Amino acid sequence: MSFDAYVCPNGHVTYPGHTLCPECHEEQTETVDLSDRTGEVVTWTHSTKTPPGVRAPNTLAIVEFDIAEAITDIAPDAEEPDTFVRAIGQVTTDDVETGDAVEPVYVEELRDPDVGIKEPASQEWDGYRFDPV
Amino acid sequence: MGVAVIGASMTQFGDRDAWIRELIAEAGQAALSDAGVDPDEIEHLYVSNMSSGEFEGQGGIMNALAHDLGLMPAYSERVDQTSSSGGAGIFEAWQSVASGASEMTLLVGGEKMTHKTTAEATDIIASITHPAEYKHGITLPSFAGLTARHYLERFDAPRESLAKVAVKNHENGVDNPHAQFRKEIDVQTAMESPMVADPLRLYDFCPITDGSAGLVFTTEERAAEITDDYAVISGIAGATDTHVVHERDDPTVMGGVVESGQQAYEMAGIGPDDIDVAELHDMFTILEFLQMEGLDFAEQGEAWELVEEGHTERDGELPINTSGGLKSKGHPLGASGVAQGYEIYKQLVGEAGPRQVEADTALACNVGGFGNCVITTIMEAR
Repeated sequence: MSFDAYVCPNGHVTYPGHTLCPECHEEQTETVDLSDRTGEVVTWTHSTKTPPGVRAPNTLAIVEFDIAEAITDIAPDAEEPDTFVRAIGQVTTDDVETGDAVEPVYVEELRDPDVGIKEPASQEWDGYRFDPV
Repeated sequence: MGVAVIGASMTQFGDRDAWIRELIAEAGQAALSDAGVDPDEIEHLYVSNMSSGEFEGQGGIMNALAHDLGLMPAYSERVDQTSSSGGAGIFEAWQSVASGASEMTLLVGGEKMTHKTTAEATDIIASITHPAEYKHGITLPSFAGLTARHYLERFDAPRESLAKVAVKNHENGVDNPHAQFRKEIDVQTAMESPMVADPLRLYDFCPITDGSAGLVFTTEERAAEITDDYAVISGIAGATDTHVVHERDDPTVMGGVVESGQQAYEMAGIGPDDIDVAELHDMFTILEFLQMEGLDFAEQGEAWELVEEGHTERDGELPINTSGGLKSKGHPLGASGVAQGYEIYKQLVGEAGPRQVEADTALACNVGGFGNCVITTIMEAR
């Protein structure tokens, strides 16, 4: 599995993807895989009152990835391409601070799909946790 | 066409034995009674509710209410905009009268939640998140923790300033007979309460609540015939921000608050300095800062200073959440925006009892999701 951010022809990047680019309404035709990149923690929390099927505490972080170089390759003609993209996700440890460098680590099941309110088949349950480097 | 509010109601908020149908019927009947309006006069009925199906397995509650109050053949509709369903109901009700489609409109907001465990209720609310968020077990409280940490670190604001929001709103709630919690707390209690989403603790969060509230709308012309004391909707607007919360350019700016606020001010022909009292959506203490800044009551990163200075207390320059806010009053999702309307209406017609402040112009900001959808309403006394 890859950890894809989505890119439109104007170099705007989002994670996750959308039907149309929220910025310019072009279709997002390219992807950038974040799974082998290092990001930086923008903010984090320990969530202790977690819903059914979710680990407790659940340490979460918003992480920013520098993707300037990749976007220049994908959309060389873009006038004002994005230089970074943010993602949110679980952290592998409870020991994390703002500014920490983290790497994505693949996890087969981030929460138990069978005990929450959402229909298990309606979405994917694997994904990436952030591991401090 | 000018739109007036001529009556309002609010049930007891808290852990209620009543189920959703009974709750909304109680508020609906009380709102009609407060307005002095007969059920036969109601042409449109709006029922604000987020999740009666998920919480209770009861659908079609707008039709249930129409029947229980004998409003047939009135047009009826359920309004869902998650936590801002109540504000969205005010918007729909305002539209119905402003457009000429209805001369007399009843709005009732309600939610029945407390029979679920905290984990179950949290999951129902978290179902509004994007799948990329939901699979990580992200909850609305965890968004608040992530945002609060960023705010405190970036603006060098003391953690105590958030506790002071809770202390203020609990103090106000003591004088609200309908509030879920009517007890004062101190900063130390808030600061030592159990951690929920670091750096936010138990007292930074509103409780899970059952309750309902109602408002009656008519034309300004008709209002003047019925009563001497009424309020008009002078400004109202709704706006959205991203569904995926981390995609916002600035984590401390809620675009829906900024946009709906600007549009509401413009429609009313006034600015933030003209507001005498405000109800803000303090589902989490940090949201009070973000709304104060988004509505231009404070510069970005400075709302906490106004709270520290007592600016937003009941006897301060701009009293915020005289009702006790969602914090002490409780947050029955679909009811909360309507209950905000109840409070500012009662303030404007001079019926707020011990909570009364001097006010001719009032604002309510109702936030859905984590700022995903927002409605800002400005009412003025007549």
